[in-house]
Amino acid sequence: MNTDKSGGAASRIGRAAVYLFLAVWGVVVLFPFYWMVLTSFKSYSSYNSEFVPRFIATDPTLANYRDAFTAVPLARYFLNTLIFTVLTTAVMLVVTVLAAFAFSRLEFRGKNIVFALFLSLMMIPNELVVITNFVTITDWNMRNTFAGLILPSVASIFYIYLLKENFEQIPDELYKAAKVDGTSDLKYLLRVMLPICRPTVVTVTILKVIECWNSYVWPRLITDDQAYFLVSNGIQEIRENGFGRENIPAMMAAVVVISLPLVVLFLIFRKKIMSGVLRGGTKG
Amino acid sequence: MKKQNLKAWLYLLPALAFLAVFMIYPLADVVVYSLEEGYNSASQTFRGVGLYNFSYVLRDPYFLAAVRNTFLLVIVTVPVSTGLALLISLALNSVKALKNVFQTVYFLPYVTNTLAVGLVFMILFKKTAYSEGLVNLLINWFGGPSVDFIDGPYWAKMLVMCIYTVWVVMPFKVLILTGALASVNPEYYKAARVDGASKGRIFRRITLPMISPMIFYLVITGFIGAFKAYSDEVALFGTDLNAAGMNTIVGYVYDMLYGNSGGYPSYASAAALILFAIVFTITCVNLLISRKSAVV
Repeated sequence: MNTDKSGGAASRIGRAAVYLFLAVWGVVVLFPFYWMVLTSFKSYSSYNSEFVPRFIATDPTLANYRDAFTAVPLARYFLNTLIFTVLTTAVMLVVTVLAAFAFSRLEFRGKNIVFALFLSLMMIPNELVVITNFVTITDWNMRNTFAGLILPSVASIFYIYLLKENFEQIPDELYKAAKVDGTSDLKYLLRVMLPICRPTVVTVTILKVIECWNSYVWPRLITDDQAYFLVSNGIQEIRENGFGRENIPAMMAAVVVISLPLVVLFLIFRKKIMSGVLRGGTKG
Repeated sequence: MKKQNLKAWLYLLPALAFLAVFMIYPLADVVVYSLEEGYNSASQTFRGVGLYNFSYVLRDPYFLAAVRNTFLLVIVTVPVSTGLALLISLALNSVKALKNVFQTVYFLPYVTNTLAVGLVFMILFKKTAYSEGLVNLLINWFGGPSVDFIDGPYWAKMLVMCIYTVWVVMPFKVLILTGALASVNPEYYKAARVDGASKGRIFRRITLPMISPMIFYLVITGFIGAFKAYSDEVALFGTDLNAAGMNTIVGYVYDMLYGNSGGYPSYASAAALILFAIVFTITCVNLLISRKSAVV
């Protein structure tokens, strides 16, 4: 960093320019969030009377949040998404952990072929299989049910792969010792492997939760009964049929409510989420 | 060994069952659908077997419009977002104070519901009876005329779509590139500075070659992601994308499958396979280019 000191004024200007650039992009990223929160606190009449929108809410009100929960079934959408997210993630974890365990610890004939098949399936885009899945779920009479929403998205090859890699790093000796002690495979998996690999399990869980919370296309195909709408479909419904009139502040209140859980989750697990995506991205 | 075999398959069974029903079977089925001519979803009968579905889709003006929109989106957003992400990552990598704060802020859009934030973008760009919208006021302030970005001319809608897409994909790209830049061995920079290399030269000769695999990775995944664009468009223009003239190829597939224009799984399958062929070809070309330039 010697060059910076000798650079003097020129480098100080350069540094200021870099910070300015970073700050501008920060504003671009944050502004939509600011605008959504701000608008959600403006009353319907004051929002519509501002030809030039004000950058602060002069007369903040919580009425929009009340409208969001009473005029549209936002609480129902919220609850549905919660149920969907928890169930999908839980079933996905069971399926994924079991498969990863088989690939990493057990010896069986055809293992390599099956694993190669799994990896090649990773390249198949969802758009290609969604058509038949839509027909399958419809044929099974599972439209507008949680089963129909959940079933097609529980087997995630990428997470199996991620967990398998992690499981394989646990030394063989541990497994052999457990075998000598007469520990069953399942017990070994639950008592030894999962606790050791907890960081990866947490990462996988968080990534899946984000995916579930934001999923839109499949829920839209499979539900047309509002009682089973998830938040994404709910927000689209609010946008199109909404509050009986174009009530943008109430819409923004709904958007804030929907976004909040993931933003909070992100602020708590910031490091985990970012390193998880980084790893997921590198290995995609 | 026999017992182990059985047990292993038992552990694999749930995953295999789900994949077989929801991935492997559909993969075969989509090809079958695409070849069944005149398929009727009510009676589940079809007239014959052939390539008619593909020729129908390829002549459908809605599909052609969707292809044009998707290609425009890809051509504009992939270079812009990758370049911008590189600039931001370089800037991030050159500072120490506040670096963590910036990184956290930049990543925020990744975890937010794109349907929800899309609504905010719509409001910022939309002209209503009450207000011109914030973006138009900004344009007016600089002396330009207002434009209806959401229901107005094609180029304006396309512009909003590109801006929003870039905003959505940036967090991932910045994260990956910042990680790549941070992992370049500092010894190289030290050695280069000892040799008196200029900043530009260091960037071109050390930084760029070291992170080029990651840039190629981002370009490839960027192409794939942009070709599959759909829900961001719904967020901005509503579910009837054909009416807005803003449909994408994936949107066309879903419209053929479901909703007011739906009930044609054969056309949807043909369109999905065409999309897959396009993405596959472009990914192969990308890989070839990246391999070639890696040798040079």
